[in-house]
Amino acid sequence: MCLQTVIYLSIYLSIYLSIYLSIYLSIYLSIYLSIYLSIYLSIYLSIYLSIYPYPHTPLCRPAKISKCSYLMRCSAHPCLDRIDSGLSIDNDLLPPSLLPPPLHSPALPSPPLPPPLRREMGFVERRWRDVRVGDFVKVVSNEVIPADILLLHTSDPNGVCLIETANLDGETNLKQRKVVPGFAAAPTSPFKPAAFKSTVVCEKPNNDLNHFSGYIEKPDKKKLGFGIDSLLLRGCTIRNTEESSGIVVYAGHETKSMLNNGGARYKRSRLERQMNIDVLFCVVLLFSMCLIGAIGHALWLETFSSIPPYLVADSDGHFIPSTLAGFYMFFTMIILLQVLIPISLYVSIELVKMGQVYFITQDVDLYDEETDTRVQCRALNITEDLGQVQYVFSDKTGTLTENKMVFRRCTIMGTEYSHSENAIRLAVLGEADASEDEVTLFQQQQQPSLFAGDPGESIKRCHSTQVDVSGSQRSKVTTGSQAQSALAFSSPLETEVVPDRKLLQVVLGAEHQGEESGLDRSLYLDFFVALAICNTVVVSTATAQRQRVKGRRNSCAPRTFLGRLQGVLKKIASPQSLFRIVKDKQEPLSDPFAADEECPDLSDTPTIYSTAVEGGGPKTRARVTTAPRPAQRQGAEPGSASLVDDDVCYESQSPDEAALVHAARAYGFTLLERTPDRVTVRLPGRGVALLTYEVLDILTFDSTRKRMSVLVRHPHTHEIILYTKGADSAVMELLEEPADETVSQREFRKGLSSSTQRHLDMYARDGLRTLCFAKRVVGQKAYEEWSLLRQQAIAAIENRAELLMDTAALLETNLTLIGATGIEDRLQDNVPETIEALRAAGMQVWVLTGDKPETAVNIAYSCKLLDQRDLVFTLSTDNKAVCKSRLEGTLQEVRRYGSDTAFRGYAEGLRGPGAGSLGEDPTIGLVIDGRTLGLALEEEDLRSKFVELCRHCRSVLCCRVTPLQKSTVVKLVREKLRVMTLAIGDGANDVNMIQAADVGIGISGQEGMQAVMASDFAISRFKHLRKLLLVHGHWCYSRLSNMVIYFFYKNLAYVALLFWYQFFCGFSGTTMIDYWLMIFFNLLFTSAPPIMHGVVDQDVSAATLLSTPELYKMGQHSEGYRRSAFWIGMVDAFYQSLVCFFIPYLTYRGSDIDIFAFGNPMNTVSLFTIILHLAIEINAWTVVHWVIMLGSVLAYFAVTLAYSAICVSCNPPSDPYWIMQQQMADPMFYLVCLITVVVALLPKYTVQVVRGTLRPSTLLYAKQLERLLPRPQMEEQIRIDASEAPPTPRFRLSDLSSPSPPDSPLPPPPTTPPPHPTPHPPPATSRIVSP
Amino acid sequence: MKKKEEETSNRPDNTAFTQQRLPAWQPMLSAGIVIPGFVVIGLAFIGVGVALFVTSQSIQVLERDYTAGDESSDHNCSLCVNEASCLCAVHFTLVQQFEGPVFFYYGLSNYFQNHRKYGVSRDDYQLSGDTSYFTDPQDYCVPYQYDSKNRPIVPCGSVANSIFNDTFKLYQIVGGQRKQVPFDGKGISWWTDYNLKYRNPSLVDGSLAKAFNGTVKPVNWPRAVYELDTSDASNNGFLNQDFLVWMRRAALPDFRKLYRRITEGEYEKGLPVGNYSLEINYNYPVRGFGGRKKVFFSNVTWMGGKNQFLGIAYLVIGSLCIFMSLVMLIVYAKYRFPDEDS
Repeated sequence: MCLQTVIYLSIYLSIYLSIYLSIYLSIYLSIYLSIYLSIYLSIYLSIYLSIYPYPHTPLCRPAKISKCSYLMRCSAHPCLDRIDSGLSIDNDLLPPSLLPPPLHSPALPSPPLPPPLRREMGFVERRWRDVRVGDFVKVVSNEVIPADILLLHTSDPNGVCLIETANLDGETNLKQRKVVPGFAAAPTSPFKPAAFKSTVVCEKPNNDLNHFSGYIEKPDKKKLGFGIDSLLLRGCTIRNTEESSGIVVYAGHETKSMLNNGGARYKRSRLERQMNIDVLFCVVLLFSMCLIGAIGHALWLETFSSIPPYLVADSDGHFIPSTLAGFYMFFTMIILLQVLIPISLYVSIELVKMGQVYFITQDVDLYDEETDTRVQCRALNITEDLGQVQYVFSDKTGTLTENKMVFRRCTIMGTEYSHSENAIRLAVLGEADASEDEVTLFQQQQQPSLFAGDPGESIKRCHSTQVDVSGSQRSKVTTGSQAQSALAFSSPLETEVVPDRKLLQVVLGAEHQGEESGLDRSLYLDFFVALAICNTVVVSTATAQRQRVKGRRNSCAPRTFLGRLQGVLKKIASPQSLFRIVKDKQEPLSDPFAADEECPDLSDTPTIYSTAVEGGGPKTRARVTTAPRPAQRQGAEPGSASLVDDDVCYESQSPDEAALVHAARAYGFTLLERTPDRVTVRLPGRGVALLTYEVLDILTFDSTRKRMSVLVRHPHTHEIILYTKGADSAVMELLEEPADETVSQREFRKGLSSSTQRHLDMYARDGLRTLCFAKRVVGQKAYEEWSLLRQQAIAAIENRAELLMDTAALLETNLTLIGATGIEDRLQDNVPETIEALRAAGMQVWVLTGDKPETAVNIAYSCKLLDQRDLVFTLSTDNKAVCKSRLEGTLQEVRRYGSDTAFRGYAEGLRGPGAGSLGEDPTIGLVIDGRTLGLALEEEDLRSKFVELCRHCRSVLCCRVTPLQKSTVVKLVREKLRVMTLAIGDGANDVNMIQAADVGIGISGQEGMQAVMASDFAISRFKHLRKLLLVHGHWCYSRLSNMVIYFFYKNLAYVALLFWYQFFCGFSGTTMIDYWLMIFFNLLFTSAPPIMHGVVDQDVSAATLLSTPELYKMGQHSEGYRRSAFWIGMVDAFYQSLVCFFIPYLTYRGSDIDIFAFGNPMNTVSLFTIILHLAIEINAWTVVHWVIMLGSVLAYFAVTLAYSAICVSCNPPSDPYWIMQQQMADPMFYLVCLITVVVALLPKYTVQVVRGTLRPSTLLYAKQLERLLPRPQMEEQIRIDASEAPPTPRFRLSDLSSPSPPDSPLPPPPTTPPPHPTPHPPPATSRIVSP
Repeated sequence: MKKKEEETSNRPDNTAFTQQRLPAWQPMLSAGIVIPGFVVIGLAFIGVGVALFVTSQSIQVLERDYTAGDESSDHNCSLCVNEASCLCAVHFTLVQQFEGPVFFYYGLSNYFQNHRKYGVSRDDYQLSGDTSYFTDPQDYCVPYQYDSKNRPIVPCGSVANSIFNDTFKLYQIVGGQRKQVPFDGKGISWWTDYNLKYRNPSLVDGSLAKAFNGTVKPVNWPRAVYELDTSDASNNGFLNQDFLVWMRRAALPDFRKLYRRITEGEYEKGLPVGNYSLEINYNYPVRGFGGRKKVFFSNVTWMGGKNQFLGIAYLVIGSLCIFMSLVMLIVYAKYRFPDEDS
């Protein structure tokens, strides 16, 4: 008996499962999935490819690779030369770490070259794919480097090679690579690979683009160390160097660029994470439905005392036990109801996101004319996260500010030079820069009155100037493509510096008196020399520029010139600056020392001034259109030496350095040439006085030391001098304190450092970036000792970076302070407005900067991050205990304060949109510096206290933080507070932070593309964040959340219909709807509307969203997609499916209706219900909506009619033939459809209406607002708001809510500041908490 | 080439579509706007409901359960409780004229013609007259694919095998004499089934029976498919009306199927007042699965058979809408939007 049962079970299980699974799964699922996936994916891919032209990673642009392999085939343009000498580098000599095993194992030698070539010992052309580790490769100018090559030889006499890394990091400035130090043969002689008998030892392949180390061991056991600056990275392009040769150290997938190319980053949005849980609910629901089906079937079978005629036996005439039948039925049910698991949802979400990304990238408001860039969506799957951001972490430099460094002031030897003339010039220029239209407008209205005293001339000039402006604009337009890609520091703003008159005199005095001047004067010289040479700026002449293939950058000189012209013309155009124009005009175009005698007089002598304007202005203008180059020559005539000047073009990785070099140049200290060994500076003076320093070493900048130094040998005195440039904290600590100095010397030194410090503080308060300059004379012996250590450090493989740092620090002691500079970094347009809008939207804005606290606080005030009324706490300490006690003290105070106001506001903010009137209360700000932050992040206890404190603060400012700390802070906030974080930054130091945050935004700014590469979205200006978040973020979120809920609803509503039928067919898994129609239902008839809804629906217009940032809070509190919304949707789906099933059921009950005629009205009714359900949700009906909604319905009827007419007996078990036609001829069909749809949708519609009337949401009020204000007017108003006026929304939500019901969540009118209930009145200025 | 590319601006098109500024209609759901809608819908529904209800009321239905096993004064079918084939009769009296044309249905309860495996158990290619499937019926028909001697069954499968085989004859008792009421068996199946979907195999030597050579009748059938109607030669094979009606599977386990219409002779206008006797050839067993057998006389209107539900539903929903509009009115009066004052 038992055995029989077992056999029974096993036979049946195997037969049934195999039949079921094979037939059903193969037919049903394969059809289903293949159709689904093929159609969806093909649409997806086609959209994807069409709207996403940007390459994921710059390296694998298919066009580039294919092009190159083509080129290699033709001998006319050699892409790669290579030699496999066989003599020189024995692969076995290389350490195993270097060798990719499959390539270099003895069994698989690299493909041997034909013997003749080997004998010739020459370079042969090979494809990239043939390049192997250990090959010698020669690359000529403008070629792309095929592998990571250790540079052994270049055609350049200095052993350097310039490369462009734009493919790698997007930085367009040239970078210098040099031959392995000490290895260089005579540069003129050709490279002989056959003579290479050394062993190369380097580290294992890794993805660090900025670090590489190793050594070459010569046959005489001498080791030569090398670093990243001797490595040519694959994917870069050789520029300005005829040919470079080297040995391949990494090839193919081991190259650094390929290793950096690690698979696409995949972030899951919060919405999707929430959704996944709901998908699990769906699975549970599916299983329970299947279970009901299984049990029901078993019980149903049990009710029969004898076998009814409609039960079908197996082939052998037996019937299986009812429990087993129930068990099988479970799987049948899964197949039947599997639509409940929304596979299509995932595909649809991807499609929706494609559409959303398309619209984001199409937004013309997020397009930056200057750089000709749109917003880039690099991550395609987190668009809706933009609508849920709660914390914004921003970098300061380059993000809030322009990162266009402008030299503003300096202090030398304790004397401050304010450069006020320069400041005025900048003010004028900046104004002109900000809005050209404004300038024109301004002139037309005001200029005549200004020149009322001399009407004739003024009118004339007025006329001419206007022409000038338009002319300059025109020229800008024509040169648009050049302007967009020109280097940032070649714009007139940065390149021109008007020398301070007093300082100029001092410098010239120093120059004139020469050697006999005292220590004082020579230090002035030192200062400018340091300015000019203590950097890594690459000098390229205009001719050299032109050599480069990339046409867009050969415009360096003309661009500068045009830019200058524009600057000049604008200055002329602006009436306020008329006095300064002359100086400006003359100064930058001429050698300052040629003009120096006239200079002081000029500004005071109206005659000269007027002639200058009359003669210079129009003349120059006339030449703009005709011949720029001659004009430049003539314009620059006054200074003979300036011809040289104008051909020099600086390229720097750091805008600060470029600004300093330009500043030095303004005083005549022109950096003319830089090679690894030498740096040449032209000194001011009539003759051409060139000083060529021998560069002994460059101690590069790192964020730990916060300084960089150059070690040079003076050409005349042969002194070894160390010039150090760095943050004041990093330099001031290292100043010398000689033991043997006299009292007066000490006094002087102390006075010097204290006054310099005072000036530095002042600069910082003004929001300037400060840099200290110091020097040290190093004795020959000391240098030699140090040099040995240095060599060891360079050759080290392990800890090389630390060793290098240590050796650098060893030398950078006992410095003599020379001076300091203040560089201005201008705020970007609309930054305060943007920050204000973000905060009104309920976001907390944090600024994390490496800058010093004073500068940061200043910027924070100017960009409205901190308000004058705010209570600002500053935490700065070295001591952990102090840090702890301060943290606790502050927290207590904040709590005390916050229990009355801030916390209440916070709580209100949590409760609902528009609940808090946060923006109006004076709130708490926190300033914390890097060291304290480091301490606070050390311990778990302190961490939570810190987070707790930050939660109470409206704005937090972290200064002097390292990149790592930035990401730690972001992670901390994200994990502890479980909030959605956004990080925005532009530099390599923000990469960590950008990657750590939920949403990373890169600004494609001055500091290269690293941030953009790491980001999810890349924008070009900070102000774009406003529209990106408030409008696109909101839309994406609300659209997608609606769509997802709708999708769940839709699937359940349809599947439940099938489920209800099971109660009337003995739970046998019958469908009353034809399979194909069921597939089409999901695939064709109801798939487009939700996707359309997810892509184009607008709950509120963009203008309203911008003007009422409060609407953003909806996303922050995840109001669009909540578990409750999901369940309401599910309940609604159940209800609707019940209605859709039982109204037809009750109508047709007891009649002679057949299965498919019974299912057809249900299918139709479901379609209408599902479509109209969405119609209720749609907020704004555009043409697209109408087309898709009506199209879906028409498609349903067309397809169903066609199918019913064609399919006579094509789908055997089902029998849809002529059903639809039959039904549509029956009036009952329409009556059933009508009442069913009305009954199904009545609750939703009613709830919607009642809720809209009784408890209108903020969104609804916003919609009301839109109604009141016609659209164009609204947009115009917003534009005004956004552009100039402080963004006070003229229409507040509260204005509309006067008779709101008592439980309305609307805020009280926020226009009047609420009475302050706290015992602590808001302090007028910031307050520092002492321990 | 490259240069040219770079000169083209990257600026997005400033069109209403790409900038998402297409003119849009924004429906506002508020009480003030929907009240008229509710009223209109309510009134319309009540109108439709009244029409449906009145029509439905006018439909006459006569229903008799003749399942063997329970005693009844109406019929003597309990005679057939042993389920053997027997004759029994249902008696009924009409006190008022039964308006014609009268449709005569048989009904089954608890009969799951919609069972999935039952529904699959047929061969549509056979039924479309494709003789290649006569020798080799499709596997769906298991276990009624081949008989025990491995001969193919035509028509194969459970559906055909389980055809309802009670037959009915209606007599009017006029003065103690039985007068047969003529039944019209033409056109009771779907037009498309009869004319397009189901086809008999082409005749062999002018004989339908020969076309079925080499096949056997379904197990439960007394006669082969080409002998279904002995009185009308054209009503045989797959085009037999009763067969077609049966093969169109009912949607629900309690169903009726059209058996005949009364459209001829003196009964064209309907069944006159009087006594009737419905003679039943009781064959079909239902007791084993708790089923019931019924007969229905009904006349039909544009809305088909009698169905109170839809009319009542329309009335209820219509009233509900009117009620809702009243509620809305109150809501609107109390909490209307401020801006709608002006």
